[in-house]
Amino acid sequence: MAHFIFFLLAIVSVGAVVAMIFSKNQAYSALFVILAFICLAGLFGLLDAPFIAVIQIIVYAGAIMILFLFVIMMINLDEGIPPEKKRWTLGLSFMIAGVLFIELIFALKGFLSPAKTAVEGSPGSPTDLGRLLFTKYLYPFEITSVLIIAALVGAMVLVKKKDEGKEED
Amino acid sequence: MVPTSYFIILSAILFVLGAFAFFVKRDLITQFLCIEVMLSAANLAFIAFAKSASSLDGQIFVIFIITVAAAEAAVGLAIILLVYKQKKTIKSEDMNLMKG
Repeated sequence: MAHFIFFLLAIVSVGAVVAMIFSKNQAYSALFVILAFICLAGLFGLLDAPFIAVIQIIVYAGAIMILFLFVIMMINLDEGIPPEKKRWTLGLSFMIAGVLFIELIFALKGFLSPAKTAVEGSPGSPTDLGRLLFTKYLYPFEITSVLIIAALVGAMVLVKKKDEGKEED
Repeated sequence: MVPTSYFIILSAILFVLGAFAFFVKRDLITQFLCIEVMLSAANLAFIAFAKSASSLDGQIFVIFIITVAAAEAAVGLAIILLVYKQKKTIKSEDMNLMKG
């Protein structure tokens, strides 16, 4: 079973990256990379790293790639989706919504019945990771927070409007 | 149980694909995406080794890598936006400001 999941996720992730190489549209490239990242998150789950898997989906596939998509949308100001493709995307969105619904039902079923696997004791649990992060890796953690602040301020300064009335602000 | 070497091979394949695409592609955003793919491949190697060594340090490093990637994406995309505003293009061969 683990082998099957591994090969499925590996083939899909490699295929997504290859599709990213061949795709001409940057927005599609970004979506293919999101697919690859979600597959990688599944592989992380396979490797006893559930917390990293969730982080990968929320931060990487969620936040960072959405940032990419926003920038692509700001730069690509040509035409929208052609009408013959619109029907196809409608079907696709219905399919994705249906898969999400089934997934949510499964998740809620797991919530209603008592959990079989305890998160607390399993390797790679958030508890252990947090303990390690705040003891052995406390200094790197604090330095990372400085890095985040620097990146935030840097990005804001870079894209700030440089207008003539500088003395007003 | 899937052997660690499989994960390492997959990580190498993804990294090489990312590096290949970085040199093949010509627009800044896709090249930036390739960097993210390479970072993710490195993450996979870290976690695979963490599993085989049964220690959590590899996973901690992945958290740091993801944080650095987020910071890098914010600054890099701001730079790309700025370049687009000034030159109206994001093709990397048009970036010849520093050419001697």
